Amino acid sequence: MEKFTRVTGVAAPLMRQNVDTDLVIRIERLVNNTGRQGLGPYCFEQIRFKPDGSENPDCVLNQEPYRGAPIILSAENFGCGSSREGAVWALAGMGVKVVIAPSYGDIFYNNCFQNGLLPVALPIEEVEQLADEMRASPGNARVTVDLENCQVVSPTGRVIPFKIDARRQHALLNGLDDIAQTMTHKDKVEAWQTTDKNARPWVWL
Amino acid sequence: MARTLFDKIWDSHVITDLGNGFVLLHIDRLLLHDLSGARALRDVTEKGYTPAQPRLIYATPDHAISTMPGRTEETFPPGAPLLRGLRENTKKFGIHLFDIGKDGNGIVHIVGPEQGLTLPGTTLVCGDSHTCTHGGMGSLAFGIGSSELEHVLATQTMVQRKPKRFRVQFEGKVPEGVTAKDMILHLIGDLGTAAGTGHAVEYAGSAVRGLAVEGRLTLCNLSIEMGARTGMVAPDDTTFEYLAGRDFSPKGAMWDRAVAHWRTLPSDPDADFDREHTIDMARVAPQITWGTSPEHVIAVDRAIPDPDRGPEDKRAAWTAALQYQGLEPGKPIEGTKVDWVFIGSCTNSRISDLRAAAAIAKGRQKAPHVNAWIVPGSERVKREAEAEGLDRIFKDAGFEWREPGCSMCIASNGERVPPGQRSVSTSNRNFVGRQGPGARTHLASPAMAAAAAIKGAIADVRKL
Ligand code: SF4
Repeated sequence: MEKFTRVTGVAAPLMRQNVDTDLVIRIERLVNNTGRQGLGPYCFEQIRFKPDGSENPDCVLNQEPYRGAPIILSAENFGCGSSREGAVWALAGMGVKVVIAPSYGDIFYNNCFQNGLLPVALPIEEVEQLADEMRASPGNARVTVDLENCQVVSPTGRVIPFKIDARRQHALLNGLDDIAQTMTHKDKVEAWQTTDKNARPWVWL
Repeated sequence: MARTLFDKIWDSHVITDLGNGFVLLHIDRLLLHDLSGARALRDVTEKGYTPAQPRLIYATPDHAISTMPGRTEETFPPGAPLLRGLRENTKKFGIHLFDIGKDGNGIVHIVGPEQGLTLPGTTLVCGDSHTCTHGGMGSLAFGIGSSELEHVLATQTMVQRKPKRFRVQFEGKVPEGVTAKDMILHLIGDLGTAAGTGHAVEYAGSAVRGLAVEGRLTLCNLSIEMGARTGMVAPDDTTFEYLAGRDFSPKGAMWDRAVAHWRTLPSDPDADFDREHTIDMARVAPQITWGTSPEHVIAVDRAIPDPDRGPEDKRAAWTAALQYQGLEPGKPIEGTKVDWVFIGSCTNSRISDLRAAAAIAKGRQKAPHVNAWIVPGSERVKREAEAEGLDRIFKDAGFEWREPGCSMCIASNGERVPPGQRSVSTSNRNFVGRQGPGARTHLASPAMAAAAAIKGAIADVRKL
């Protein structure tokens, strides 16, 4: 996995609540597309495109300077719903590196860290202010997200700290792979299983 | 120290503490389906790993297969390579596959409990958010993403942070026309779709104790729709009676040992929860969703909400939802014309659901303009229903009787509600485009859905 340290760029204000993973990526794109790559063009297709396939100019993701923004700002419960990791792959495919929202669907939140995408949780007032600062000077405004120091720097230079689990921060900063880390505990896993086979034999078919 | 059901299962599955609040948790059951499962199995083996405990892994295709009568894997061609891949890899690694058309096949969350694979006190995961359904058996069940799924395949463990504990008690007598589906929709309407975030929910109270196992599974199924990591119901005699004699349940002396253990699992009377909520059953009526989130729900005899009178932070979302759904605020929702009725999905496609729908359909005719589908949750459910003659009742009433699968719950197999058309569905998600681009979904119980098919409009099941 790629390492994540800091990102500076345009933050697109997609300020809506309960952005579900069905909205991020339609399920049939995951039936037909067999890899993790190539989902970017379909990310948010239901709001980025009209039913006839043409671009929807009302969608913020189609407006300058937000097209291709590496940071997305959104409201409560981002990534709720389906467990499809394709939602994260699609965001990454569209060039998104960070989402900033007040809260997240649990499974989506976990999935982000498996793919080097950083979900930052900030209070709604902070997210809205970031959105306002972006809109105030479109073209020049940039947001910086610094994982090492756990802070967001707003377009006007305000420094906003955020919290993240130390384990997840470490894994993201170093691009660590979970399976390889767990394999180092192989002996403990086997010992647990041996004990459990005696205690609960009915579980072991 | 007094512990909850959740604590007891969690604690006994911790292999080691990883620090910073994370533990390595043993996973007793891994279920695979044809979308996430087939892909993860392929990807993880390409990385050079092999399934660590193939005998604890079970696979069933459900998402990307047609449910048309007489279907084969080729009926929906895009799904065929997924199923073939699943067949090849499960065979190669000795993983049990419930193939289409065979007894045991069906929607993954119907199959686990029905086959006796989902047992009280076990940890169970699947690459699917509605894995929380299995908590109705008294197991600790999580939906996970693809990378986590690969991790479980390779190690039979998961890196997890302990969720908080939330108890919801449903107290009192169940009113007429109210089912488990109405109970959980009512709760989500009360608390919202993010209320459960970071929590494991235990459903308790007299109304939950009185539910049959299939109702408990429906209740737990929608836990993810309130954002919870999982939902669960303590195992009791109802659970044990349901499990006894199922294909993969323990047998003989082993059964007795298992039951003795399962009886120790319910929360201790003085156990603490991080959060509590109580629902008075007298307040619960048959529910129907009006918008594009499961929290957009009302009792069927109420008016469609007016965004201007709603909470300020919800106005924009409500307005957008009404526009998408093509509904007018202030009007009664009852009588809204319906084009499709879908009775199926891991929420409500078990035999008791089909019986409830058949009781409404019996001796009646669906409205001529409505397309009404019955999609049994599994091969077993289908065969049982046919043995009871439910298929005849439905066909006589003008409903379509189909093969098991996810079908129109998610439309990933090409079975869709056309753009702009309105559907009453027994599934769990009314998101924008969930049943097909532009489709308008109303979630309800099987009896309410059957009533809508008969009336050709959203109807109050209590009046039929
Ligand atoms: S029936 Fe619907 S919710 Fe259930 S597993 Fe299938 S697609 Fe998911």
